[in-house]
Amino acid sequence: MLIYNHMVVDSAEAERTDRLFHALADATRRDIVVRTLEGEHSVSALARRYPMSFAAVQKHVAVLEGAGLVSKRRQGREQLVRGEVDAVRRASQALDALEAVWRGRVDRMTEILTDPHGGTEP
Amino acid sequence: MTVTDVRKDPDALTLAITVSLDATVERAWQLWADPRQLERWWGPPTYPATFVDHDLTVGSRITYFMTSPEDERYFGWWEVLAVDAPRRLEVRDGFGDETGQPNDELPVGTMVVTLGEHDGGTEMVITSHFPTLEAMEQVLAMGQEEGMVQALGQIDAILAGTPSGA
Repeated sequence: MLIYNHMVVDSAEAERTDRLFHALADATRRDIVVRTLEGEHSVSALARRYPMSFAAVQKHVAVLEGAGLVSKRRQGREQLVRGEVDAVRRASQALDALEAVWRGRVDRMTEILTDPHGGTEP
Repeated sequence: MTVTDVRKDPDALTLAITVSLDATVERAWQLWADPRQLERWWGPPTYPATFVDHDLTVGSRITYFMTSPEDERYFGWWEVLAVDAPRRLEVRDGFGDETGQPNDELPVGTMVVTLGEHDGGTEMVITSHFPTLEAMEQVLAMGQEEGMVQALGQIDAILAGTPSGA
């Protein structure tokens, strides 16, 4: 069974962190994240909010998307942007918690293997 | 520390943990194949597991329960999808109702274990996958106290803390 298509290795996680901080290092991008967490916005609606071109806003959205902070979907002629911070953070935290569960299990496995009684009850 | 590698993919909701064990593959397999050994590591000390039945053949359903400090029982099950002793085991794992019957409303994950010789011992890789984030959070919240999922702030949490894995 194929379970995953792309594994995140440590260096990839470091890159993800870099992208995240870079994405959040700009006031306009932070504002876009906050707005799109509250509800879906089209790129053109976002562009009207800031004193910059549509293309410039689109570029900000692309940076946020690359950092996993927002997702984009197309509806007709519009591109709708939705904040993803919560999902990304929740997934990372859940995986951290799962790792803790398995580290506990592995510790107990190691204890059983080093137990002179082998597989018998203590 | 015997954990040699941990890979987490938040997009694929998958955790792969690689463990180096100072034991033969046959011996390490017994950690999974012998229910009395399994009981000693599956649940945390506060929620010990008891395996009611345990037959590692394809299609078989294995039932266990975990006992809380308040003496409540939480049932779980595995369905064996593939087995190649002593090298590979693949199961679906889920929760049951209070009589041990599978509860379709509770989340189901998959778990793949592979074992191979490595440096005179055994390398074991455990890959755990969940279909949805909600399923993973629910599993973590049920009887597995070693890691609890915390309520999250949104952007404040990111700005205040260090993202996972940094």
